[in-house]
Amino acid sequence: MAMTIHVDIVSAEQSIYSGTAEVVIASAEQGEIGVYPRHAPLLTRLKAGEVRLLKGGQEEQFYVSGGMLEIQPDVVTVLADTALRAADVDEAAAIQAKEAAEQALKDQTSKMDYAEAAAQLAEAVAQLRSIQRMRKGKKG
Amino acid sequence: MASGKEIRTQISSIKSTQKITSAMEMVAASKMRKAQDRMAATRPYSEKIYGVIQHLAHARPEYKHPYLQDRIEATRVGYIVISSDRGLCGGLNNNLFKALLSDIKDKRNKGIEIDVCTIGQKASNFFSRLPVNLVAQKAQLGDAPKLQDLIGTVKVMLDAYTEGRIDSLYLVYNEFVNTMTQEQKVLRLIPVKPETPDELLKYPWDYIYEPDAKDVLDDLLVRYIESLVYQAVVENFACEQASRMIAMKNASDNAGNIIDDLQLVYNKARQAAITQEISEIVAGAAAV
Repeated sequence: MAMTIHVDIVSAEQSIYSGTAEVVIASAEQGEIGVYPRHAPLLTRLKAGEVRLLKGGQEEQFYVSGGMLEIQPDVVTVLADTALRAADVDEAAAIQAKEAAEQALKDQTSKMDYAEAAAQLAEAVAQLRSIQRMRKGKKG
Repeated sequence: MASGKEIRTQISSIKSTQKITSAMEMVAASKMRKAQDRMAATRPYSEKIYGVIQHLAHARPEYKHPYLQDRIEATRVGYIVISSDRGLCGGLNNNLFKALLSDIKDKRNKGIEIDVCTIGQKASNFFSRLPVNLVAQKAQLGDAPKLQDLIGTVKVMLDAYTEGRIDSLYLVYNEFVNTMTQEQKVLRLIPVKPETPDELLKYPWDYIYEPDAKDVLDDLLVRYIESLVYQAVVENFACEQASRMIAMKNASDNAGNIIDDLQLVYNKARQAAITQEISEIVAGAAAV
């Protein structure tokens, strides 16, 4: 049997594939890369594309939307992204998060009003209760 | 003594409360199981990426990434706080906030300023009322949180670190130990401090980087931190469900106890009424 290399394809949300292959072909940032067992340690980014595993004349394909590829002599690890990543998309998400925080700070006033109203209500209820108790006392 | 009818309405209202709490308990139990599966599913990625980071930190690359370097003096630190979106989950959130507040107090006493970024509605409500600098927030992640939803919040803090506005970043969340126990955790995210396995020190080696070490490392470290935050979110969700399950179980048990007590009072009141009626009849008959 031909020499094989262990392959793990994982994303942050789940493990996609774990097993062996004779050859791993992935689209790295600087071009397609084919990995045979005993490859030198290498670390690179992946473009959106397929990761193909060849084993016993059969081919398995996985689509990744980008990520990182780590190669060690006996292990290949694909750290797949779950989402399309681009600098401007990330930036937009960051701005959204900041705005949400500002909104929360603005809402603070209305929440304070709510707390105040709740306190007033509790006070009124307590008064009412003591009045009721006094009335009952008179009756008895 | 309250009349029979009053007690009966009280019992029925407590019974319907009990129905709600026991339903919530069952829902939380099933959600917790799913969340535990999700926790297990996220583990391989963070383990793998941590392995790579460990290698990197000791492989002596020609480029030292700022996330891997300690800053000498911290004047401002950042916290990412993870809480649940909804309440009725026991003291889960409050215990976490208490642990964090004592940490913040320590830092303040040393003259260190605080930036807070919240994930989850409860943390957002809590910290927007406190005099801390709330820089980013994200809420309503739902039952199956997506990494995509966290990228923005994490980026705000990472940018703050890169630009020197904060000198270290901490992650605050509940760790899922088991169904009964959740532990509050304050974990330092950056500077990253990987442990040193002995075998790595014996045979130093380095990767081939494509295109170059800086680009690859930048991406890798950002992903590493995102995966840690994501895992914490998933874990915190499992904690929330476990905690809710326990809280609702206690509520259902308490409702049962109250119903038992009330039933006793009701029976007594009923018996007293009957006795009174009989004695009235007997007295009436005697008078005739």
